[in-house]
Parts: sequence; structure tokens; C-alpha cells
Amino acid sequence: MLRGGVIMDVVTPAEAKIAEDAGAVAVMALERVPADIRRDGGVARMSDPAMVEGIQQAVTIPVMAKARIGHFAEAQILESLGVDYVDESEVLTPADEAHHIDKWSFTVPFVCGATNLGEALRRISEGACMIRSKGEAGTGNIVEAVRHLRSILGDIRKITQADQAELFDWAKQLQAPLGLVQEVAETGCLPVPMFCAGGIATPADASLVMQLGAEAVFVGSGIFKSEDPAPRAKAIVEATTHFRDPTMVAKVSRGLGDAMPGLEIGELDTKLAERGW
Amino acid sequence: MSPIVGVLALQGASREHTDALGRLGTTVRQVRLPKDLDGLDAIVIPGGESTTISMLLESSKTFEPLSELLAEGLPVLGTCAGMILLAKEVLDGRSDQRSFARIDIAVRRNAFGRQIASFETDLYIKDLEEPFRGVFIRAPGAQILDPSVEILASVKRENGEETPVFCRQENVMVTSFHPELTDDLRLHQMFLEHL
Repeated sequence: MLRGGVIMDVVTPAEAKIAEDAGAVAVMALERVPADIRRDGGVARMSDPAMVEGIQQAVTIPVMAKARIGHFAEAQILESLGVDYVDESEVLTPADEAHHIDKWSFTVPFVCGATNLGEALRRISEGACMIRSKGEAGTGNIVEAVRHLRSILGDIRKITQADQAELFDWAKQLQAPLGLVQEVAETGCLPVPMFCAGGIATPADASLVMQLGAEAVFVGSGIFKSEDPAPRAKAIVEATTHFRDPTMVAKVSRGLGDAMPGLEIGELDTKLAERGW
Repeated sequence: MSPIVGVLALQGASREHTDALGRLGTTVRQVRLPKDLDGLDAIVIPGGESTTISMLLESSKTFEPLSELLAEGLPVLGTCAGMILLAKEVLDGRSDQRSFARIDIAVRRNAFGRQIASFETDLYIKDLEEPFRGVFIRAPGAQILDPSVEILASVKRENGEETPVFCRQENVMVTSFHPELTDDLRLHQMFLEHL
């Protein structure tokens, strides 16, 4: 029920309220937004349960929280807190360099990042029930999100044209289960919703990724690292709804102040999107 | 001529409702702005986040004209968040959350619990011979405020209480569950039969 909506990163109950007031469909509770994780370095972990609970009490909309890749104990803790979704996220420092969490062993639904179709299908085979294209979190730069979305959706379009023999090869190339590849070929879409994350900073960014085929957007640092978060949050919500209507997107884009400072991808020391296997 | 049914498409499961109605041969129009309301014979308000849809109804200036049409008797089906938006009372909503107050029920948001408490169950719906698979996700629960509200299905809770999950009053139908997430078109058909 998150489709067509905006999920916003928040680090305090007060920010969660601002997000809910602006029309967010869910909030992502975390200790530091990706831009700060990137700046501070060190190991980024699951948030303090007290902080997650504070945010759960502050809002009526769903609350998501992040666990490290492969860190099933963190995910168990988040499930016990009653979070609505767990994000097994490359924004945190991975806990396992070979294995993702076996998400089938949980009741709580998982969202996972992907940079390409193979990665998306591997996460789905592990039990993810929502995929977000990764983008490059904390940069305010949309280029990686566009690359990942185009890669996933472009390959889906190609697969729908492939014959049965070619699908075996696709499964091999993508390192993905054949059954899922065949399903994608037949339906022309992923078997779970696909959202977009990583680098969305403006209403126009939201409109762009929705037009490319994302079904909802995650905004991390883009709101609370901007000059005036509340109106920007609301504007991104409106642009996500009216994404095909440039006059509406223009209207909500006026006078929002400065967006978050952006980073050039080529100058990054760490590319978060490369985490995950 | 087939009726023109609008599906409020500000946020949420508008695509599934559009598909279901289309499969029944209805002309469907997605509604995002006041101009999309012209000439509708009925409207569906889908599931999603009621706080988000409520804000977007205001910002798109669609709330007032839609409210007027509903008051004039435009037939409406509200599922999940749609039920909340049509209820006379929202027991635990946000203070700024507005509702169309078109059916005499009080709803409690997330009455069945958070995401993790989502469930499916067979519902025995009045007028339907075979059970209907009800998909409940952070579903609201209804309390009846007026005897003219007809309870078409309810769910028995662990404490033994019966919670209404499908209600009708005149041409307003509301469900706690998501008929659009199953392949079963009978509920949409029931709605269209009443137009």
C-alpha cells in the first residue's frame, strides 16, 4: 500500500512528525542519514531500539528500519520491535560478505536494494517482498538511481522478447533462478513492487524516476539535509503523485530553497551500491 | 453505454482497482485533479495511507468538489484507506485528517495491528454463495453508528468480538480488506450492480 508514495529517512521522532505531516507513506528510522554516514565513516549499524520505538510512537504511518546486509540478528531485533518493514541495506556496513539474510524465515516483510535485474531476482529468491533500485545514497546525485532503474527495467523489456532457449542463458547471465526469470518474461514486471532510492533531492528527481517506471520513492538525505525540509518533503510527495504533469511539478518546485549539497560520483571514496552480492 | 467509474489515484492501490474494473468492461478513469471528476457515474477510493491521500486531496483541491459529488449521492466504493476517508468518525486519526463522512460508521485505523499482523481469511459475504478471500493489511475496523448501515461481512476476533469489515449504506460501500489484491471480481461486480 506504499505505491505512488514517498518513504522518508528520519533520525528523530520530531523529523518523523514532519515527514508524516508532509504526506509520507512511511518513514525509515535510522541513526544517521546516508550523507552523514558517508561523512563520518566508521561502521554503520542498526539503530538503537529506543530510537525506533520513539519514532513508532510519534507517527501512525508504517515505520521501516535498516539492518546490515546478512545481519539476521539485527533483523530479528527489529521484527521483535514490531517494525512494519526491515530494509536489509547497503547504507549500513555489511555484516556478511557472502550471504544475505534468509528472509523467508521472518514474518516481517523485507525491502532490499538492487543495481541490476540479477541482483533483484536473487533478493526476491531469498524472500524480499519489495525491491528498491539502490542509486548512490547520500549523494543528492540522481545519476546512479537512473542507471540502476534503466538497467533493471531495460533487461525486463529484453527478457519479454526472449525465446525459451534464450531464457536459460539469461538465467545464467543474471545468476538468478530460472523460474523467476521465466516469470518476469511472462509478466513483464518483477513479481514484487519496485521502488527507487539513492540520490533523490528534488521534486523533478521524483518525477523522473516515476516516469522511468519506479512505483514509489525513498528519499534519504534529500529532505532533512536541505535548507527547508518541510516544504521540500511535501513538494516531493506531490511530485510523486502528479509525476506525469509537468505544470504540477513546476508549481510545487517553486521557492523551495537550496537542495542538499550534491556529490560527484567519480569523486567518492566508497560506493555504497557495490555492497551486496 | 458502460458506466464511467473513477479511481482516485493520488496514492495507493489504484492500478489494481483500475485493472479489476477494466476486466468487468467498465470505462475507468484515474482521478488526480478536480477536472477528472467530470461526468463520473461512480468512484472508487483505494487503499493506501489515509493521511497521505487526505493531504493530497487538499493540495490538489479535489477534496471539496469530490465531497460535493458524494453528498449529492455519487456511488462510492472505499477499500481500506478508502473506508477511513468515507467514515463519519475516525477514532484515532490525526487532528487535521479530513473525511467525507458518507457512512455512519466509526473506524479505528490499524485496528487489526501493524504490518506484521496482516492476514488473509475467508469471508462469508451476504449475497455471495462462495466465500471471498479477504486480504487484510494494517486494516481498519468499523463500529456501526446507525442501524441503517448494513453489515455484509464481519470477522471474529480473538476476544470473540465480531468486527464489521464490509458495510453498505445507501450507495456507499466500504471494506477493511483489499478485494483488488485478489483475482476475484465478485465484489467489484456487486458495486457495479448497484449503479
